[in-house]
Amino acid sequence: MPLSPDEASRFAELLEGQAEQLAGRWTELAAAGLRGRLSSAELRRQTADLQRGFQQAFAGGALDLGDDAAAELRAQLNELSSNRARQGFSATETAVSIYAFKDATRDALGDQNDAAVLRDYVAFSNFVDQAALFTFDSYVRVREAIIADQAEQLLELSTPVVKLWEGVVAVPLVGTLDSARAQVVMERLLQTLVDTGSPYAIIDITGVPAVDTQVAQHILKTVVAARLMGADCIISGIRPQIAQTIVALGIEFGDIATKASLADALRHVISQSKRSGR
Amino acid sequence: MERVPVLKIGDILLVSIQIDMEDQVALQLQEDLAERIVATGVHGVIIDISALDIVDSFVGRTIATIASVSRVLDAETVVVGMRPAVAITLVELGLSLPGIRTALNVELGIEMLGRRADRDDELFDDDDEPGQAVVTTP
Amino acid sequence: MSDESQRLRVVTDQDVVRVRQLVRTVSVAVKLSLVDQTKLVTAASELARNTLVYGGGGEVEVTRVHNERRAGIRIVFADQGPGIVDLDLALTDGYTTGGGLGLGLSGARRLVDEFAIDTEPGKGTTITIVKWCR
Repeated sequence: MPLSPDEASRFAELLEGQAEQLAGRWTELAAAGLRGRLSSAELRRQTADLQRGFQQAFAGGALDLGDDAAAELRAQLNELSSNRARQGFSATETAVSIYAFKDATRDALGDQNDAAVLRDYVAFSNFVDQAALFTFDSYVRVREAIIADQAEQLLELSTPVVKLWEGVVAVPLVGTLDSARAQVVMERLLQTLVDTGSPYAIIDITGVPAVDTQVAQHILKTVVAARLMGADCIISGIRPQIAQTIVALGIEFGDIATKASLADALRHVISQSKRSGR
Repeated sequence: MERVPVLKIGDILLVSIQIDMEDQVALQLQEDLAERIVATGVHGVIIDISALDIVDSFVGRTIATIASVSRVLDAETVVVGMRPAVAITLVELGLSLPGIRTALNVELGIEMLGRRADRDDELFDDDDEPGQAVVTTP
Repeated sequence: MSDESQRLRVVTDQDVVRVRQLVRTVSVAVKLSLVDQTKLVTAASELARNTLVYGGGGEVEVTRVHNERRAGIRIVFADQGPGIVDLDLALTDGYTTGGGLGLGLSGARRLVDEFAIDTEPGKGTTITIVKWCR
């Protein structure tokens, strides 16, 4: 429920008049929720800024957090949650910091037994609740962005394609292969073949804990695609359990060369390329 | 209608497809190539598709036919320069171009055809010492 | 939700090339990955050729689409040709009535995210495909 213009201006006045005390009380309450993980000077600066944000929003006639007059405040809340998310605070801890503003203001509003004061408090609470929810939302958004970034970095990190010998490139696969990663590996390997003009590729799966049908399919498709482009793939580092799985799943590796170790694979490739005069 | 040029370099015909071919252009290329192989007596054909951003089943089939026809005319075909995205798509499409030799680029393609020519020459090379047995990995 | 769509008549070989080029342009605009662009253009090429060869010509409509999470492209191939009598058979790898490899329909289906086919013998065939950005 939006505030009335009357309420907004009254709150603006209140926040301005008692700025010092309110910010101090708010800092105290918020600090309890953060268990000392933020220095009190830092927290005090944040709450003072936020309080000014609230004050200016009310003074500007904001009746709802979505109003234009509250744009500055929304930006502040956004920044707060984004900082907290990056510093590793939880979503609850972040939102509680905002909720604490309600408690800090309660006493300043006047006698709780007065019906008018109570109405004011409810209206004010509503507004702060909106702000806290808004923080929660942007916190989640920031965290999601962080997770997506990390997933991408992981993808980059975990799929190097290395040149092993003249005309031979290798991808040492490490960790669990899901469909998305397998696809990235596949594309990067094939592109490296073109860039380096290497007719041989070794896919080493020593570091892959398990191979399911889908992953096996991706590897097989990579091998076939490489052949279409004029390169040969050898798969090395198949561990005993994986060999068992491959057979149990009925996956056909067909005429694809498989070797026990990367060294065996390299030896195989070099003798092959000698034989074909490369 | 546009036509794909066919260049003769030594014992090889080089076809570099640089345009998005209409089906008719592809069929025309198939005919042109067969005629040029007979007219020039070459033993190798290189089809460079590095400029093609897609190969669909029609172009794939045309290339396969060119390779088969060439073989009958005693010329070996090597398809070179297929882009990774094209290769991945062909695999998904289910087109594996069986029986067609491929190489990463024109240079490797020429090498590949050269090796075949060497083998043919060896037949007439009487001075050649019996080659040392090549030790292969167990 | 969808933006304005672009239509092309498919009556000649050249039109198939135009369909490929249009789909390529829109794929780039929607920011499909290179591999996905290639898959979609290839699928469009197969289906546009089917529209021409089996449907006796028809129309292709390319539309940018969005859902809550992603952008994508929808392409509709419509003809008033003889239709497909046995759909299951037509979708089988290697089955062809036109002397091709029999990979057009079944292959195109594997290259896209959504594939719907609506056909009635004697009335014509409409195929709708969608590819989403990853």
